[in-house]
Amino acid sequence: MLHDKDRVFTNLYGLDDWRLAGALRRGVWDGTKGLLAQGRDDIVRQIKDSELRGRGGAGFPAGLKWSFMPKGSDGLPHYLVVNADESEPGTCKDREILRNDPHRLLEGCLVAGFAMGAHDCYIYIRGEFFREAERLEAAVAEAYEAGLIGKNACGSGWAYDIFVHRGAGAYICGEETALLESLEGKKGQPRLKPPFPAAMGVYGCPTTVTNVETVAVSPEILRRGVEWWTGLGRPKNTGTKIFSISGHVNKPCNVEEEMGIPLRELIETHAGGVRGGWDNLQAIIPGGSSVPCLPASICDNVLMDFDSLREVRSGLGTAAVIVLDKSADIVAAIANLAHFYMHESCGQCTPCREGTGWMWRVMTRMARGEADVEEIDTLLDVSHEVEGHTICALGDAAAWPIQGLIRHFRPELERRILEYKKTRQAAE
Amino acid sequence: MKVTSYRQDGTGDGGERFAFSTENRARADQLIARYPEGRQASAVIALLDLAQRQTGGWLPTAAIEHVAEVLQMAPIRVHEVATFYSMFNLKPVGKHLVQVCRTTPCWLRGAAELTETCRRKLGVNLGGTSEDGAFTLVEVECLGACANAPMVQINDDYYEDLTPARLEEILDDLKAGRDVPTGPQTGRTGSMPEGGPTTLTNVPPRAPADTGKGA
Repeated sequence: MLHDKDRVFTNLYGLDDWRLAGALRRGVWDGTKGLLAQGRDDIVRQIKDSELRGRGGAGFPAGLKWSFMPKGSDGLPHYLVVNADESEPGTCKDREILRNDPHRLLEGCLVAGFAMGAHDCYIYIRGEFFREAERLEAAVAEAYEAGLIGKNACGSGWAYDIFVHRGAGAYICGEETALLESLEGKKGQPRLKPPFPAAMGVYGCPTTVTNVETVAVSPEILRRGVEWWTGLGRPKNTGTKIFSISGHVNKPCNVEEEMGIPLRELIETHAGGVRGGWDNLQAIIPGGSSVPCLPASICDNVLMDFDSLREVRSGLGTAAVIVLDKSADIVAAIANLAHFYMHESCGQCTPCREGTGWMWRVMTRMARGEADVEEIDTLLDVSHEVEGHTICALGDAAAWPIQGLIRHFRPELERRILEYKKTRQAAE
Repeated sequence: MKVTSYRQDGTGDGGERFAFSTENRARADQLIARYPEGRQASAVIALLDLAQRQTGGWLPTAAIEHVAEVLQMAPIRVHEVATFYSMFNLKPVGKHLVQVCRTTPCWLRGAAELTETCRRKLGVNLGGTSEDGAFTLVEVECLGACANAPMVQINDDYYEDLTPARLEEILDDLKAGRDVPTGPQTGRTGSMPEGGPTTLTNVPPRAPADTGKGA
């Protein structure tokens, strides 16, 4: 179990002051000027060496992403865009950083932006997080006032501006190119890649879009050293991670733990265990709604990191653990997610626009058993036709929960179908 | 995907005239200044939000077109934005917009019962406004407070860790104009585990941060 001395988010629950005075007490903005003095290349090298992987879902190596920004100046401004459009069902970690530790994020914005040669940063926060945006704005104002950002950020000689940009309700804007479209004042519909944002992002300028938690931990990695960070977790799956635990546990919560903690230990230590005991567990969605669910048998031993969960054909995603006990209707739970993806499809690509609705309708029937057994394979086929055939990953995200359900719970689907048929026959 | 129809003129929506108040116009200029010159369209969401607050919760066509004028955008571009994002209401809503989170983490902990409670108590269906104009009920997708499920958002605030009985009380209090505590309704702090933290009980003290400015 992670020691408190190794925790980055020491105000995760908001027990301490979120304002600048509290943040300074917690060691935020400590020696930031010295971090910047290490220089752009050295910061990027250290983030690469730390093997920090993006905390927004895809787990892309952060240092590598930062290094994609052009080195020389071609006259175009560079932008850092922070993705605070937290909307993946199950995920509620960035909210805690935004409202309880906003200065940790702002310091990260300066360090990460500096390492990318950016003078401007936009934080795109989901519109529903109104109170969180209020705090973030207040923290930005405090940081300007204290000279931590602005014309001469932290006395470093680097000019750095941070702006808060509120969204207005659209899951798809968490996709980086949709977010950029939205930031430019358009509908949030993803762009074809390439060109990638590092070459042509917001306003046609080099841009890096990155998750709140990734940005917020980076100054601490530089401050405490790469070895400290890589000493936590396993190779390529290093450091700490905020886990959001929801659903059928006794004490749902957010908690910062070491990457690679066993799933069972995570739930039993911090979330009060599965409702009715571990033996009452039916399934867990380990990384937010987009990743395939795992049956209880796999949950017994799996570790919570990117590579361990990939080995069992699921994923760490945003590390949002959704627990379903044996009383849960797993088919209806996945049908509910199918409704989510149907609602959130931007409508741009046909396989997703049509497929998400089709899959939801079939899933709704399957939840009642009102289907033929052969339709299970048809559903699986269609999910594969949606997956990988769209501009962005929303199509994939809609397909995976259904594929996970069929992979692990096909007998349950069949049982319902046969039971429904029996009831119908008896009625006739 | 939000499906809406596009109306060219302002007829039928009761809001044929709209202009920002002096105060909101000044606020709009501040928001526009956050973006580079010539990129004022970036402020479209912020300005639509301002307009929606000014009208009391919805966007008549006239407001959409006023925003287009302020931002020098083609009106259709602003209509596209207003119809794409779920937080923009294209018809009037009650004083309190009750948004029940319906997605799986909330659903597993009783979101459907919350919706049913609202339906019964307010005497409306989803999308409906109560007769006294106090409440509009809608279901929305994940609001990102899953460790405090089930929850609802009413106007700008989250009400978390709800039971149907507690939600009924909240609706009563709001209707009567009484103050209601926002956030978790069980007395717990944020998303800390109920009963006390399992972490952060032994954080070593740190020397005050050196910001290089003697702050």
